[in-house]
Amino acid sequence: MTLTAPTRAPEHRARPRRVLRVRHVSGTYRLRQLVVPLATVVVLLLAAAISMGRGDYPISIPQVLGALVGLGDDTQRFIVTELRAPRIAAAVLVGVALGMSGALIQTFARNPLASPDILGVNGGAAIGAVSVIVFAGTGTTAAGVLGGIGLPLAALLGGFVMAFAVFGLAWRKGVDGYRLVLIGVGLSAMANAVVQYLLTRSTIWDAAAANVWITGSLNGRGWDDVLPLALALAVLVPAALALGRVLNVLQFGDETARGLGVRVPLAQGTVVVVAVALAAFAVSAAGPIQFVALVVPQIAVRLTGGSRPPLIASGLLGALLLVASDLTARTVLTEAFPVGVVTAVVGAPYLLWLLVRGRRRSTL
Amino acid sequence: MTALDTPTTTTTDRVRLAADRVRLAYGEKVVVDDLDLQLTEGSFTAIVGPNGCGKSTLLKALGRLLRPTAGSVLLDGRAITSTPTREVAKVLGLLPQTPLAPEGLTVADLVARGRHPHQSWLRQWSSDDEAVVAEALRWTDMAELADAPVDALSGGQRQRAWISMALAQGTDLLLLDEPTTYLDLAHQVDVLELVGRLHAERGRTVVVVLHDLNLAARYAQRLVAMKDGVLVASGTPAEVITEQLLADVFELEARVVPDPVTGTPMVVPVRRLR
Repeated sequence: MTLTAPTRAPEHRARPRRVLRVRHVSGTYRLRQLVVPLATVVVLLLAAAISMGRGDYPISIPQVLGALVGLGDDTQRFIVTELRAPRIAAAVLVGVALGMSGALIQTFARNPLASPDILGVNGGAAIGAVSVIVFAGTGTTAAGVLGGIGLPLAALLGGFVMAFAVFGLAWRKGVDGYRLVLIGVGLSAMANAVVQYLLTRSTIWDAAAANVWITGSLNGRGWDDVLPLALALAVLVPAALALGRVLNVLQFGDETARGLGVRVPLAQGTVVVVAVALAAFAVSAAGPIQFVALVVPQIAVRLTGGSRPPLIASGLLGALLLVASDLTARTVLTEAFPVGVVTAVVGAPYLLWLLVRGRRRSTL
Repeated sequence: MTALDTPTTTTTDRVRLAADRVRLAYGEKVVVDDLDLQLTEGSFTAIVGPNGCGKSTLLKALGRLLRPTAGSVLLDGRAITSTPTREVAKVLGLLPQTPLAPEGLTVADLVARGRHPHQSWLRQWSSDDEAVVAEALRWTDMAELADAPVDALSGGQRQRAWISMALAQGTDLLLLDEPTTYLDLAHQVDVLELVGRLHAERGRTVVVVLHDLNLAARYAQRLVAMKDGVLVASGTPAEVITEQLLADVFELEARVVPDPVTGTPMVVPVRRLR
């Protein structure tokens, strides 16, 4: 007769929590949760500096820095501060918005496949934007109304309306993540059909312009495009960070969260409003750039460890992914190549890997 | 005095939690109707009954997860549905039947989340919280597994981790919905021993929904039997577990003999009555 040794609990590497206290403000953090965002910021600054120097008119990094503080000749200053800087600022802000929005939605839905796309933000924004492009110059009433709204605002409104339609249909005294995803997929398909219909009614030039917008592009973004996005993020990013503590508990499911003193419908509603607003502003500025909101939070959670996508790291990694993708689209490929193509090339294989992987993070 | 000690409680007649003529329904379907129940300070009550009798529904209402369509649930004499959720969460803890832990969450993090109702945006983590969590981990024998992911634990360990969280929440009252589901007998006993110690050593007022009548009779001081949404019997295990009640409520012919270990009633089934 053989006796097997009693199984021992597996040894786990201790990940000590550190406590941070500044007067009455206190919180816990882990070293990785601090190192990953800091490292990302460093790489992001580097990528942004390189990106500002590259293009048809190459400028060295010291000259880029000089131009930013008002040194160098007029041509360099114009190219850096008026052409490239706003484009990169837009990339950073859109990346932050998409990364944080994805982290919020994935935590809320307890599903790594959830993203603002699933909530219909992209589909709704596409209807708004493509309508503006297609009806512009047709001389109809629709053209007058849409022209007055303008493309970014039409996309913003379209995204909001669609997301709240999805959320409203999924609402049954609270929201079930699985139901939300199914309704989102259904309504997104309908939105896609509307966009296709609009495209069939358009001229070939309008259709080409619309397709570039649908792919997601940072081409020709100026400070006028950056400003509304920056103002929106100034409100939405602190709002998202303030939700972190509630997200920690919402993750457990409605009943446990309620047991721990969270007003669940209110908390869920706030999370969705902030996440949708972040995504809608990003889409209105750069079009529906695919996969950033889906992929980045999952990369972030693998880098930092922990049980949910970290908000700050997701935002920063989103910015890095977008700046790097834009740099690739502009330099390795041709100038007119939309950044959405690059994020799709990076994101699609990752999505496949996530789908075929046996083990899922949490249940649907 | 350790960080976890609540003021010593003994069984008194003071009613902490009460159902006052509650009717509970899912949509049109009424599951529980006109039910009265009073839970006194320091008591250990088990709710038993056949599948679908409404016992989990009643527990949900007691834990204000379900709003009664008529009547009210009173926590310390005040309607629970009009008490702020956070205030309730400082007094009453609950453990759902199959709580969901996100992948990658460590036991220490899980237990730390029990402090949520005691924290605010400015005061996110205090040395008090630290001490309470450490004590809760030690008390439930989970200290060694503090840094293990919850999803890597066995069923029994996982239930201990959740109970540890409920302990860290520091509530006087604790509601548990079938905490022994999916556990083998040894782990069922282990979990109920732990809940029993929470009651005996920590003075918690405990309400637990249980399927196993023999274990319910052994650990609880008071049994509440339900059938078809109605409270059929309430009293000590010896008063409630009778051959007549088993026939009426469970449609089971059975002998009731004294448990050779504790002397509490023990059910020996004979056959199902049709």
